[in-house]
Amino acid sequence: MDKLLTHSPILIIAIPLLVAFLTPLIGRASGKARNVLVVASLAFVEFLVIILARDIYLNGIHVYALGAASPNLAIPEHFMVPVRIILEIDAMSIFMAIIAATVALAAVIYSLSFMKQETGQTRFYTLLMLLVVGMFGMVFTGDLFNMFVFLEIASIAGAALVAFRTRFADAAEGGFKYIVISAAGALMVLFAVGLLYAQYNVLNIGALANAMQFSMLDKIALALLIIVFAMKLGAIPLHMWVPDTYAVAPAGVSAILVVSSQASMYALFRVCFTLYGATLNMYTVGWIVIILGMVSMFVGVTMAIPQTDIKRLMAFHAVSQSGYMLLGVGVGLAVLGDPHALATYGREAMSGGIFHIINHAMYKGLLFLTAGALFYRVGHRDLNRMGGLGHKMKITSIFFIIGALSIAGIPPFNGFASKFMIYESVYQFNPILAVIAMLVSLITLASFAKAFQAAFTGPQLPEYKDVKEAPKSMLIGMGILAAAIVFFSICPGLIVHHIVEPATDALINQGAYVSGIMGGTP
Amino acid sequence: MIESPSGFWGPVVWIITAVVALLIAYFIRSRGEKAHKKGVQSETFLMANPSLPEGKAHVRAHNIYWGFFEGLRKYYDPTITAHTGIVNDYIIWFIGVIAIVMIILFVSGGI
Repeated sequence: MDKLLTHSPILIIAIPLLVAFLTPLIGRASGKARNVLVVASLAFVEFLVIILARDIYLNGIHVYALGAASPNLAIPEHFMVPVRIILEIDAMSIFMAIIAATVALAAVIYSLSFMKQETGQTRFYTLLMLLVVGMFGMVFTGDLFNMFVFLEIASIAGAALVAFRTRFADAAEGGFKYIVISAAGALMVLFAVGLLYAQYNVLNIGALANAMQFSMLDKIALALLIIVFAMKLGAIPLHMWVPDTYAVAPAGVSAILVVSSQASMYALFRVCFTLYGATLNMYTVGWIVIILGMVSMFVGVTMAIPQTDIKRLMAFHAVSQSGYMLLGVGVGLAVLGDPHALATYGREAMSGGIFHIINHAMYKGLLFLTAGALFYRVGHRDLNRMGGLGHKMKITSIFFIIGALSIAGIPPFNGFASKFMIYESVYQFNPILAVIAMLVSLITLASFAKAFQAAFTGPQLPEYKDVKEAPKSMLIGMGILAAAIVFFSICPGLIVHHIVEPATDALINQGAYVSGIMGGTP
Repeated sequence: MIESPSGFWGPVVWIITAVVALLIAYFIRSRGEKAHKKGVQSETFLMANPSLPEGKAHVRAHNIYWGFFEGLRKYYDPTITAHTGIVNDYIIWFIGVIAIVMIILFVSGGI
């Protein structure tokens, strides 16, 4: 067990990678065996994430140096800086890994039925596992260049998955748009990494943070990294690819893409807090993040209401909800140089934003899966043509209600708990921001009331008389996320104190991350 | 339970309150008219006209919040127009925002 724990950081990345390349082989022999392998591997990865999380919460940061005599030997003998590929997992990284593992498992179980009629399922699962590898890699890596590599893996696999159902013209278009914006973004990340490497001769985030001189080139790199990750997480006005891709991807993939975007949000926070540092005046950068968040919240939700494609509506809500996370963490970033403000409300605002990340992954994942269930049964995503589906799809309706009430921040659901933390703390920073956030929540409720009314209520329509409830595996996939929402709703304190606050502190405490790699090196 | 700077959030307390409220509502309902019959009495009354056929009685998505969109036309027209769906425009926004953020960082001293 100890060995398993020691090597768990690399196993969490390597197992999905291995399975990605095993699936084509096993898929040739048996489709069922392939499906069992994919689900079992993700369940095992979830187990590894849980034991690693437990150890991190008890014993602190895990460092894993690939190729070293001992995995925790970050700096080789006679060297002053780390040179190997290093994974550094703190409470923030493992928080993201918990989200990725849970949503990926639910989405894969869901996809077993959803993709059953599709051709090329083996390729689907290979790409899906590669997307999972990219996400885990992004949140685990302690190295800026490897972050670029994993970002690329996630982007390429994601684009292929968006375009997977090539019989739909809009799927190919969505995949194309996703790969174009991802390639442009990755190029800028590479350029920023080059600027930093040219100055400091290191790529490790901890070592770079330790050596950071805050030169003009560093400012250019910072601007590039902030905006690329803001685009990849879907912040307005860089969000336009989000509805184009989320709407056309298979439902399970849309749910995982939400987490993939959150991995970019993690990268944004890691760059701002850890790479550039907590000891500096980050007021300007904090306000940039806050403004991106406010605009995303408001424009995202107002653009969601007029949508009549149920998945486009949900995609705009994904943009809007990302705004809450940016607002909460942005406020923490803006007051990072003010210990009193940080202690009074900044840490609380950050915790609210980070709690909203996991809540959003669960309810938005669930909502995308319910939209997929509707598509699976009625064959389209057009709310104008839907109606009365609640008569036949009762369980899906219940899942939709859980997700919709949660995203709208209705008590006692988990969405309310994180928004409550954001409202209360942001109000102390700037009351206008909190009022706008509440207004956005109200419009979110109105938008989902529309979607629910249009799809599920009303008399049973003649064209949908033969519609049945979604297949079992799809219900299980939705059930996993719904159960997580209910659990988070009933025990928000447990989640906040044991998972969220350690993640917040990991971001605030830049020194701990740096010393995880550099030890006592000045 | 979550404690905030000016209060707390306890979902269990909220759920118990909600259950009590629901029980009260159920009690009031149970005191209602016992002679109510399903069928004609539960049908929607539309100016004594016959009920609409199935499929026609459902309010479709594009009819919901019509007034909201009309009232905010000045906001919606340019916002929807900005969503061109053309990937070239996405990249222009991307480059534009990078430029703006760089200028802000340089002017303000940024970090």
